[in-house]
Amino acid sequence: MTNLGQTLTDRAVAATGSQRRGTGPGRIRAVLIPLAVLVLLIFLPWLGFSIPGVLPGPVNSPGSLQLLALCLVTAGIALSYDVLFGRTGLLSFGHALFVGAGAYSAAIALGRWGAGIGVAVLLVLAVGITLPLIVGAISLRVKGIAFAMVTLAFAQAVAITVLRNPGGLTGGEEGLSLNRSRLPALLSGVVNAPYRYWLALAFCVFCVLLVSWLTAARTGHAWAAVRENEARVEVLGLSAYRAKLLAVVVGGFLGTLGGFIQLIIIGGANPHLLSTELTLSLLVMVVLGGSGSRWGPIIGGALYVLLDNRLQELSTSSTIAELPAALRIPLSQPVFVLGLLFILVVYFAPGGIAAISGRVRARWNSRVTDKAAAP
Amino acid sequence: MSSLILILITGVGLGALYFLIASGLSLIYGLMHVLNFAHGAFLTAGAYAAWVVTPQLSGLGGWAFPVAVLVGMVTGALIGALVELLLIRPLYRRHIEQVLVTVGLGLMAVALFTGIWGPDPHPFPRPAWTTRTTTIGGAAIPNDRFLLIGAAGLLLIGLVLLLRHTRIGLIIRAGVENRTMVQALGIDVRRTFTLVFAIGGAAAALGGVLGSVYLGSVSPGQGTALLIYAFIVVVIGGFGSIGGTAIAALVVALVQQLANYYLYSGIGDVSVVLLLAAVLLIKPAGLTGRTA
Repeated sequence: MTNLGQTLTDRAVAATGSQRRGTGPGRIRAVLIPLAVLVLLIFLPWLGFSIPGVLPGPVNSPGSLQLLALCLVTAGIALSYDVLFGRTGLLSFGHALFVGAGAYSAAIALGRWGAGIGVAVLLVLAVGITLPLIVGAISLRVKGIAFAMVTLAFAQAVAITVLRNPGGLTGGEEGLSLNRSRLPALLSGVVNAPYRYWLALAFCVFCVLLVSWLTAARTGHAWAAVRENEARVEVLGLSAYRAKLLAVVVGGFLGTLGGFIQLIIIGGANPHLLSTELTLSLLVMVVLGGSGSRWGPIIGGALYVLLDNRLQELSTSSTIAELPAALRIPLSQPVFVLGLLFILVVYFAPGGIAAISGRVRARWNSRVTDKAAAP
Repeated sequence: MSSLILILITGVGLGALYFLIASGLSLIYGLMHVLNFAHGAFLTAGAYAAWVVTPQLSGLGGWAFPVAVLVGMVTGALIGALVELLLIRPLYRRHIEQVLVTVGLGLMAVALFTGIWGPDPHPFPRPAWTTRTTTIGGAAIPNDRFLLIGAAGLLLIGLVLLLRHTRIGLIIRAGVENRTMVQALGIDVRRTFTLVFAIGGAAAALGGVLGSVYLGSVSPGQGTALLIYAFIVVVIGGFGSIGGTAIAALVVALVQQLANYYLYSGIGDVSVVLLLAAVLLIKPAGLTGRTA
């Protein structure tokens, strides 16, 4: 009987994504470790050590900070995608629409209209709320693969239009470069790389806080319930549609904001930001890191960008050039390695990197208790 | 007038190309509920296989091209069957994971083709007769359009014959209709999965080779670029319905061609994509009424 009760509790905990709130060392560790990492990340621009192979130069060199900023903003965008995919169980193929919309609307406001940064931010916020609201309200009328296809259709329609450069507004395949003269001086120029890094860090932290808060609140329980069994949610008298729409709006808003931050960091908006490839890479990041978990999408997003960048570097190095063709060709293509890693995770590590650490810890703990129990 | 005829026949040719890709996708989804993102890779693999063997076949004269097409199709069929056996089958009934694996495969394949043959398009050795034109109603139509239409027509007839008049076709049709019931009757539907993947792979590879003749080149991304339109065709035509897929392929290609030519370049592509959204929202099951 107790066994059954425990099983049911475990299942409910797993289904709602809520962890039992202990007060023991586990709870303290769950707060302290992220805080320590955050403090380290904040002070990184003052630290001069280098990590060979991982970063292009010393940690506080502009090149490294640029790469780290890209990692952080991508991690935030991956988390925004996971609000839909991992937390609510919505497979969307159109998330790039929001990312691209954030980048392009700001680039157009700053570059084409000559507006100030305040107007651009207001525009991004307005687009970030209205666009997901409209796209979500329409596409959530259907479920499953049909939902994925409708979101794909919206994203493709916008991507094709942007590529055609209507009225010379979007710059076609070239994209738009960021009009830096309209930005605060602190955000432009190579010497100011630390400020752009802190901006990306702030965005990433904002995403984590907002998503963690919503996941722990009633909203998050509704999302998890929709993910596990949508029909049951309806039977309980809750609106699954409303929960899903909120997920699309939250995810879309963070994605739009992420597109805007990305524009500032890479200095331009290009059609890739709207492409299906971007959405698919977000899917890869989220699954790689562990969808639905607190840190999985963050780890996956940062790791993806880091690996993509480093493997690119590696592919031109002499160590790779001396390998036989059968090894050299796959290794010189970062996407091949990332795709392979992704498939391996799907097969052998469901739950992604985040779950691997949990599994190792569980095994460690059980070994410790076994030892303690042994006479 | 002659330009309208050219646009119409080119549209039908494009529709034929869409059908070659979409027929396999539609059967795979109808039977196994797997949205196969690796289908574009089957297409590109077939195109590259034909491109690689063609220089070796120069001794065959006029037969070189049919043999190259055959090599491409066999490659596509083999890859399709292997993907099903090795990668899809172990994840039986875990649809999301199956889709994720095909997404990963699609990404890896494009990267691999880029790694081996470079990112730039290579000119495809077309047989001389496909580059000539035939005059119909005053319009000079390039022969490659007829090649596409003929191939798609043969595939359509072949698939209809297979589905209507063989035992295996009966099992596939019944499986699309209600897989659980077929299994309850003591028939192992899973054995047809590999076959469906092989047929889909061969058809896509055929589309890849003929598409390369049409475009005049092979490139790593050509399958992925067509895949989105193939998805649109499958969704509009209704999953698992070959007739619906054929009609949808024609409609999509003609709308695209006509709107692009007569309205504004690019508007055809957008309108087709929005057509997909409209169809799904009005009739979530697709035009032929099967469940999506």
